[in-house]
Amino acid sequence: MLDKQTVRNIAFLARIDVKEDDLEPLANQLSGIIGWVEQLGEVNTDGVAPMTSVTNQVLRWRADELTDGGRADQVVLNAPDKLDGCFAVPKMVE
Amino acid sequence: MTTLTDLTLAQARDGLRNKDFTARELTESYIAAMDKHRDLNAYITETPELALAQAAESDARLAKGDAGAMEGLPIGMKDLFCTEGVLTTAGSHILDGFKPPYESTVSARLKQAGAVLLGKTNLDEFAMGSSNETSYYGASKNPWKATGDDRDLVPGGSSGGSAAAVAARIAIAATGTDTGGSIRQPAAYCGITGIKPTYGRCSRWGIIAYASSLDQAGPMTRDVRDAAIMLGAMSGYDPKDSTSANLPVPDFEAALTGNIKGLRIGLPKEYRPEGLSPEIAALWDRGAQWLKDAGAEVVEISLPHTKYALATYYVIAPAECSSNLARYDGVRFGLRVEGSSLDEMYMKTRAAGFGTEVQRRIMMGTYVLSAGYYDAYYLKAQKVRALIAQDFRQAFEQVDVILAPTAPTPAFGMGENMADPITMYLNDVFTVPTSLAGLPGLSVPAGLSATGLPLGLQLIGKPFDEETVLRVGGVIEDAAGFTAKPTLA
Repeated sequence: MLDKQTVRNIAFLARIDVKEDDLEPLANQLSGIIGWVEQLGEVNTDGVAPMTSVTNQVLRWRADELTDGGRADQVVLNAPDKLDGCFAVPKMVE
Repeated sequence: MTTLTDLTLAQARDGLRNKDFTARELTESYIAAMDKHRDLNAYITETPELALAQAAESDARLAKGDAGAMEGLPIGMKDLFCTEGVLTTAGSHILDGFKPPYESTVSARLKQAGAVLLGKTNLDEFAMGSSNETSYYGASKNPWKATGDDRDLVPGGSSGGSAAAVAARIAIAATGTDTGGSIRQPAAYCGITGIKPTYGRCSRWGIIAYASSLDQAGPMTRDVRDAAIMLGAMSGYDPKDSTSANLPVPDFEAALTGNIKGLRIGLPKEYRPEGLSPEIAALWDRGAQWLKDAGAEVVEISLPHTKYALATYYVIAPAECSSNLARYDGVRFGLRVEGSSLDEMYMKTRAAGFGTEVQRRIMMGTYVLSAGYYDAYYLKAQKVRALIAQDFRQAFEQVDVILAPTAPTPAFGMGENMADPITMYLNDVFTVPTSLAGLPGLSVPAGLSATGLPLGLQLIGKPFDEETVLRVGGVIEDAAGFTAKPTLA
C-alpha cells in the first residue's frame, strides 16, 4: 500500500528526518495500520454529517479587546536561541 | 497509629481539619515514601521543596480555619499539565528544559484549593501509549506483581506514573488526562479509581495537547469519594478554553448517597466479543449482580458501531496530533538540533526529539489529512464517530448508566506488547468509544485476576452526569470491598 516514496513524502510534510534505511520498515508499519483502519469502509455513512463538535455547543463570542500582552520576555523565555526579544532561526533568505 | 500515607484523601482532609496531624507531617511522610519507591520511576520531576513550602502555607490556612477543598493534600501532577516555573516534559525529549511561564487552569484550580505538589508524574510521550513505555524518561513500573512472578508489569498508560504513584502510596491522589482511556486503563491496571469526566468539564487550557477533540483531564485516587472531591476542585468553566462547558459544578461528594434503587443499568452486548477473557466476563456479571442486589434494574443494550471505534480513533487522534505537534520545531521551546537551513533544522529537531510511536502517529495523521486521502480516511472517521455518539444517545434513552469492563486484560509485562502497534491499541477497546462520544467514564477496582492482579469495572454516563456515574461507582466499590494492596506498598 504505502511505498517508500509515499513515506518519504509524508515524512517531509511532517518535517521529520527519516533515514533512508528506515523508510521501508515504516512503510510496512503504516500500511499495516492503514489496512486495519480500512474496515471503516464497511460502515454505511450515507447522509451522516461528520462529527466536528463533541458537546454540541456553539463557539462563544467575546469582545474584541486586548486582555493580555507586553510579555515578550516570557514569550521567548524558553527559546533555544533568541535575539532582542525575538526568536532566532537559521538564515532563510540569502 | 496508621501510616499517614495509607489514609484516603477524604480521611487526610478530615484529619488535617481535626488537627490530628499537620500538612507538613503529611507531606514529609509522602516525601519519605517517594524516596523509598523511586525505583518505580513514577515521577519525572520531584518537587519536595515546593511541596514543603506549600504545606507550610496550608498549615497557616488550616490554623485560621480557612481551608480549601484540597488543603494540605499532597498530589502528583501528570507531566502534561504546564506548571509555572516547574519543568514540564510531556515525557518527551523535544521539550527538554521547558519551564512554562504560566500555570494550566486545572493545576491552578488545585493549587487554589490548597493542594500540595509533590512532583510531575511519568507518562507515555505526549500521552500516546497504553503502557507508559513510550516515555523518554523510561517506563514507570506497576507496583503490583502477579502472584509468584517477579517480572515487572506496566502500570498502563498514558497516565501510568500517576496510577503507579497513587497505588504505591507515594501520592494521595494525582491528575490524569484521558484521550482514549489514559485515565481509566491505568487506574484499572493499578487497582485505583479514575474518572474521565464529560468533555468540557475540566479546562484543557495549559494541558499539552494530543488530540484536542478527545483530551480531558480527571482525578486518579484511592477511592470513589476521593475522586468526587478532587473532580470538584478540578472542574469549572474557563473562558480560556473555547470548549469549556459553562455549567455549574455540582457537589460531587454529595452525590454519593449509595441509593441506586430504580436506576436502569445498561450492559452493551457488543462489549462481550468472542474471545473475551472468562475472568473479565465473570467480573462484569458479578458487577451487574451487585447493582441488581442494590435495587437497580439491569438491561441489555446495543451499541452497534462499537467494533469500529478503535479504527475511528486511530484516524482522528493521529490527525489531531499531527496538527497539534507541528508546534515543536526547535524555535520556541525545548530541543533544537541545528541544520544548514530552516527546514533541515525542523527535520533534525523533530527526528531527534520525538520517539518512535509519536513519529508514527504524526506521520499517520499527516497521511490521513493529505490531499487525496482526507475524504477516504479523516472525513469517513468523523462520520463513523457521529454514528458511535448516536449509539450512546439512543442507549441513554433506555438506561441511566452503562456498566462495562475497563480493559480486556490485567496489567501485562513490560515489553510484551511493544512489537505490534495494533496489539497495543487493543487495550483501549472498552474505553475509546466513550472518549469518541465525549462521555464521562469511571473505572473502579472490582476484583483480582487469577494471577492476583487488579481488574476494573467501568461506568459510563450521560453528558455532564458524573454524579450518577460516581453514585453507581460507589455502590460497586462497597459491594466489591476491594482492599488488596500492591506488592510494593
